[in-house]
Formats: sequence, structure tokens, C-alpha cells
Amino acid sequence: MSSHLHGDPSGRLPAAFLRPGSSSFTDFVREYSPDLLPSSRRLPGSAASGMPTGGPGAGQPPHATTIVALVFADGVVMAGDRRATAGPMIAQRDIQKVFQTDEHSCAGIAGTAGLAVEMVRLFQVELEHFEKLEGALMSFEGKANRLSAMIRGNLGMALQGLAVVPLFAGYDLDAGRGRIVGYDITGGRSEEHEHHTVGSGSLFARGALKKLYRPGMDEAATVRVALEALWDAADDDSATGGPDLLRKIWPVVAVVTADGFRRVGDEELEPVVEALVAGRRGNPGGNPGITGAGAGTQQSQEA
Amino acid sequence: MSVPFYVSPEQLMKDKADYARKGIARGRAVVVVAHAGGIAFVSENASRALHKISEIYDRVAFAAVGKYNEFENLRVAGVRYADVRGYSYDRSDVTARGLANAYAQTLGAIFTTESKPYEVELVVAEVGRSPETDQIYRLTYDGSVADEHGYVAMGGSAEQITAKLADRWHPGLSLEQALRLAVEALGSDAAAEAAGGGPRAIAPDQLEVAVLDRARERRTFRRLGAGTLAQLLAAPGAASAPAAGEQQPGPDTPPER
Repeated sequence: MSSHLHGDPSGRLPAAFLRPGSSSFTDFVREYSPDLLPSSRRLPGSAASGMPTGGPGAGQPPHATTIVALVFADGVVMAGDRRATAGPMIAQRDIQKVFQTDEHSCAGIAGTAGLAVEMVRLFQVELEHFEKLEGALMSFEGKANRLSAMIRGNLGMALQGLAVVPLFAGYDLDAGRGRIVGYDITGGRSEEHEHHTVGSGSLFARGALKKLYRPGMDEAATVRVALEALWDAADDDSATGGPDLLRKIWPVVAVVTADGFRRVGDEELEPVVEALVAGRRGNPGGNPGITGAGAGTQQSQEA
Repeated sequence: MSVPFYVSPEQLMKDKADYARKGIARGRAVVVVAHAGGIAFVSENASRALHKISEIYDRVAFAAVGKYNEFENLRVAGVRYADVRGYSYDRSDVTARGLANAYAQTLGAIFTTESKPYEVELVVAEVGRSPETDQIYRLTYDGSVADEHGYVAMGGSAEQITAKLADRWHPGLSLEQALRLAVEALGSDAAAEAAGGGPRAIAPDQLEVAVLDRARERRTFRRLGAGTLAQLLAAPGAASAPAAGEQQPGPDTPPER
């Protein structure tokens, strides 16, 4: 571990730092200190099959679940629930699964939480490193491709059951609109129009989005629809957590527009969640009319 | 039979130092000024692409004068150092002091072992939570480090510019005051002195300006474009009213999280 920072006993910057090379942090670290990269790690052959025994969920790494992303008039909204599970156990109630990756993009994670969080952390540094070295922002396509390469680097782990499937979304400054990119475990990417979901509850969330999503919604209505979809996922998928009214733990909601990334604050979400819960009391399927004309006004009245 | 040519170590070092100093003094100056809201970096630089001022990490920035390819090499190394360190430890473990030490060792080793020293002078600055905890390190071609307080000028006419700053700088300057002082100091170079007509005026589009903004979270570095700069440099009376508005992040800067 110490090799990468104390390589030269004189204290001078290691020669590798001064060598002209790529603007990619991953490429640089792969040459300089490959042990830092998740993709250069290999599981011992039988690790996945020889899980230690214990209580329920013991030995199983925490799993992160449902993420939804929706394009709206000014950009894109991404939301994720807060539950991590280890087998049948709830491993964490307030895990964060939606992250800012740079000024105009964010990523949500589903799959093995530990690996996914590490992948996002590396991805954040990758984007920032490029920006600092080049003095320019990476294109949206460029970011999506870098993430693709990282997922491909995890393929060995994925085949042993430790898959990571992120969802990437952001505001494309060149195209002037919000965009969403979905991935599979091999790093294959596909641009999703309008909306997309990943994770164990994605099936239910996608159904909800199909019925509730309208093109050109405003931000408030889009946030409401994202929360409705997460609620529907939590309703039917045990690994997805709904808003926790007792502990006041709300989903993480990010909005990315031309002005940059913004995480919607808890105090802002609370009235929306309460309106949602009120709307479903005695009517657990929810009201399909919430995104009709004037959804934003209806919501602010409820708030 | 040729007689081996002897040069005393004193002479050798002096020649190298003179060589480096001459190279540095040829370029235009960079001024670094601490103020209440952070640390400002100001340089006369017509190029939009070849920067003398750069972000290193969340609270650390870099400014340099001298030979572009040499300080660019050090800048890239600094960004790599910071990102590797921040990634393997934590973002809060990247400090200006650590980077200044690494630069000092690197410059010192190059000065003594290579036949040609780097013709560069650097500032590595870190904005603290309060003005008292700001750190400004100045590094010269031979690897010596100076811990500066308040302001630094380096490059061409550094003496004249430093004299101006020493005369006028005081703690608690506002950003507008700091920028006006910096621009005036840059204009008070040897050329202006020779002309005898007071400081030269420098147009905002001839300046490269960036700040480490104490009020921002995470990445505190931001560049100030010519438009913003023109507003900030406007007359003192006019500047007081929009001052609050100017602190608002522009479209190219992230909102607070």
C-alpha cells in the first residue's frame, strides 16, 4: 500500500508523475500503482462458493437496489431508494446510491454495494482528473464510455456473482438536453430515452414510470413521479426500501440541469413524500392522474 | 594532452542560479493575494488555453511563471500526486504542505543533478476555513520553499510588484479590493516605471484570474472570466452594491451542496 506514495525515499515526486502521458487517472494508476484499481484485483477461485456461515445474510456482501432516472424539460432527475440488503437481512437503511460524478452528471448504482461505491469513486476522480489536466470538460459520450470501460473491468467479479450495474445520467451541454445511459454487466451501454430503471425493483418501477411519465414535465412533477415509481418498487420488492417515515429517511433525489448538479434537500422532499403517502392511503395503487395537467400546482397545493 | 577543465562548485551553482533567474525574469508576473473570502491568483496572460494558474485539488491551487513546458510538467505531476493521494486516502488528506514538500524535493534534485535547472517559480496555495489558516508556499528553481503571508509576486518585475503589494496589502481585503490591488500591482512593473506615468492599465481580457473561494464546498477553485472580472474591477462605489450578487456561482460553477 505504501509503494504508491513513498516510492522515492528522497521525497521527490516519483518519475512516473513527471512523465508525459494520458489524461486518464485510471490509465495512470494502472501503470503506477495497479493495486489501487478494482479491476486489477482477482478473487481467489473458490471465494464465491465458500461463503462463511452464520446468521441470515452472513457472508453475503450488501446489495444495493432500485434506481430510477427520468428526462424532463430542463435536464434529468435521478432517484434511488436507501436500502441495502444482505440476503434476507437489511444491511443498511440509509445507504446513498445516487452520486454526483461531476458538475453535469450523476450515477446511480445497483448490485454489489461495496464494489459499486468504489467504482463510482474512481469514476469521479477519473472525470475530475481529466478536467484538471485538459482544462476542459469531458463530453457526455466520453463520460459514458469511461464508465463502460470500468464496468467491463469488473466482468470477472460479475461472473462470480458480484455484479455492478450503474445507471448514468446527466445534462449534455453540447446537445442541450438531459440524457440517460443504461449498462449491462459486460459494460455494454445503451442510451435510454425518457426514463430508465435498474436494480431488483426496476420491473415495478418501470411499470409505474410507463403510466406516470409524460414528456416535458417540470422538475417538481418529475421528482414526484420518480418517488411514486420508487414507492411502487418498494411495495413489491423486498430489497427496495420505501421512504422511512419514522426515521425521516427519504430517497436520494438528484436533479441535473444546465446549471449543474443539485441534490434535492430532505426538507424539500418531506412534503412531497407526505403528499404521496396521503394520496395512497386507502388507495395503495396511487392516483394515475398525478402527472396530468397542472401536476406541479396540485403538488404544491398538497405541500 | 588536454588539461581537465575545472569549475568550482560555487561557480557552477551560481551559474545555474543566474541562468534560472534570468529565464524567470523574462516572463510576465503572477500575483497571489489572500483576502477575506479566499485566495486570488492574477496573471497577465493573453492566452485562453495556456494557463499559468490551475486547480490542483479541492482547496489547493497552483500558479507558476517561467518556462511553460517545465511548469506544466510539474503541474501535471501535482494533479496526479493529489488525485492518487486523495483516492487512496481521503480528500481531506491532500494538503498544500505535502505537495510543496514534494515539489521542493523535485526542484532541488533537478537543480543539483541535471545540467540545466528548471526555469520556474511556483506558488502552491491552500485556502483554509478562516483567513488565518490559509497557506501560501512559494518555491523557487533550486527547491527552496518560503511560507508566505498575504501576498506573493513572482516573475518579471517581481521586486517592483512586491513593493507595491507590501505597501498596500492588509488583512481582511474584500475580493474586489484584492483584485484591484493585484491588477494595479501587475501594472506597476519596470516598463511602467520607466515610462513614469504610473501603473499601466491592463484590460480584463488580458488577465487570467482564478480564486480559491472559501465559501464553496468541495472544489473551491473557480476561474473568473473577463465579464465577471470587468464587473469586479469596476469603480469602488459601484462594486459595493453587486458584491453579494457576484458571490453567486455563475452558470459554469456548481451550486453549493
